[in-house]
Amino acid sequence: MATSMPKLKTVSQVRLAAESGAPPAAVTPMPAAATVVSLALKRPPLASRVLPVVRRVASMLVPPLVVTALLLLVWEMACWSPTSALPPPSRVWSEAKDLIVDPFFVAGSQDIGLGWRVLTSLQRVAIGFGLAAVAGVLVGTIVGQSVWAMRGFDPVFQVLRTVPPLAWLPISLAAFRDANPSAIFVIFITSIWPILINTAVGIRNIPQDYRNVARVLRLNHLEFFVKIMVPSAAPYIFTGLRIGIGLAWLAIVAAEMLTGGVGIGFFIWDAWNSSRLPDIVVALAYIGAVGFLLDRLVAGAAVLVTRGTASN
Amino acid sequence: MDMDAYLKIDHVGISFTRGGAVSEVLRDVTLRIGQGEFVSIIGHSGCGKSTLLNIVAGLLRASTGGVILEEHEVAEPGPDRAVVFQNHSLLPWLTVYENVALAVDKVFRGTRSRAERREWIMENLALVNMTHARDKRPAEISGGMKQRVGIARALAMEPKILLLDEPFGALDALTRAHLQDQVMEIHARLNNTMIMITHDVDEAVLLSDRIVMMTNGPAATIGEVLTVGLARPRRRLELVDDHEYNRCRAAVLEFLYARNRFVEAA
Repeated sequence: MATSMPKLKTVSQVRLAAESGAPPAAVTPMPAAATVVSLALKRPPLASRVLPVVRRVASMLVPPLVVTALLLLVWEMACWSPTSALPPPSRVWSEAKDLIVDPFFVAGSQDIGLGWRVLTSLQRVAIGFGLAAVAGVLVGTIVGQSVWAMRGFDPVFQVLRTVPPLAWLPISLAAFRDANPSAIFVIFITSIWPILINTAVGIRNIPQDYRNVARVLRLNHLEFFVKIMVPSAAPYIFTGLRIGIGLAWLAIVAAEMLTGGVGIGFFIWDAWNSSRLPDIVVALAYIGAVGFLLDRLVAGAAVLVTRGTASN
Repeated sequence: MDMDAYLKIDHVGISFTRGGAVSEVLRDVTLRIGQGEFVSIIGHSGCGKSTLLNIVAGLLRASTGGVILEEHEVAEPGPDRAVVFQNHSLLPWLTVYENVALAVDKVFRGTRSRAERREWIMENLALVNMTHARDKRPAEISGGMKQRVGIARALAMEPKILLLDEPFGALDALTRAHLQDQVMEIHARLNNTMIMITHDVDEAVLLSDRIVMMTNGPAATIGEVLTVGLARPRRRLELVDDHEYNRCRAAVLEFLYARNRFVEAA
């Protein structure tokens, strides 16, 4: 505060001089103004340049930190009693510290860090969601091309879309007779619908102008698909992909609980069977964080790919 | 006239069927256009002038009659009949350069090298004074600039005929005048055949060798064809007091507002 005082003073002095408009008066403030300028040149790196950045970062970080701390406090108080069914944060920390501190330890075939488990689950999601993305965009494109196909398929899609992910599991286990492909299939079948439906709508909404441009240029089917259809429908497709990745992550945890193996879903089930509640809490935090990152990832890709498409 | 007809529109009629109701939009439209000629088609909105242009472009099939360009019947759209669309129709995800490149690469892929195509794209952008904005996207440039890029894209296809569908309809008066001058310049330099749809009488008289006046729909047809006997190059300021200019202007106005008043207009 004290350091900024002289600066304020000179500003008002200069303003006064300017308002009075008298040329002789303007001569005297000049040296004073010059010394202040030389001071000001030295100071910005220290205070006036760093402080706003710190302040901006703090204004972004402080509210979520305060809220998180408050929630942890409420949780701690709610589960304080030793007879409480659920562990308070302090017990989670003391009992599951190894899981929190090091996500990538390997201490045995089934005693590995949560990072590894998440990666295993992510691998399944990558395969299932990748297949769903390719198939959804291709089928959605075909369906969106034809009014007849749209009318015929839409009710089917709308019904299948609402089937809960786990309801597909018995059928896929019967079909694949193996846990891993079944889990991948559940991811696929869960995440394909929003991708497919959104792509079809995006294709239907391609402006006639763009189609006319393509016709005048005599673009062939492949060129039309790559150069007009996909970019034009990209905002719709990415909305579908974003919903799809969210559903895929929801489904993988549930599917792994039932199929077993290595993933994060099975870890929760295993922890429940051996009454390691603090481990479950840590796993939930992992799942939430990864789901959030996946969503941001697809949203970021959408911004990159569809820049310029929204407005014309 | 029939001897040197470059484009023949021969007894063209078109009807649309929607829900059992048949509406006849054009009936018996016959027009011959010579190479290098600038022809405007003027009429009240809804008279089917855009429909006629789309038939020449091949975007619509005529129900009766047909269009012949240089002894070949027009059956489908193609780059030999490039269209400058009313709302520019630039692809918003491509830059100005890429929009023109899409056309040039498609049309000249087999016949010109990459460097030649690049040069040709820049040459056409220079023709409409848009080289400075080559890396901008359509959303970042003004409406007049977008339309100039649309014209560059169409010219870059080296079309036999340039079809302009109310190209300046959405622009303000000053931009519009500027672009009209540019189109006149391009026409003088390249001597291409151009057909322009318009509902602006001054624009039609200023730019055209002939003005085709359409009657009101349904079943619209050519009501009258006016030859504009003004020497080129034309300068809009000098034409204000020109006798021929005002005679043509009066003739078109008389046709549109005295003999073919648009009764449905509010």
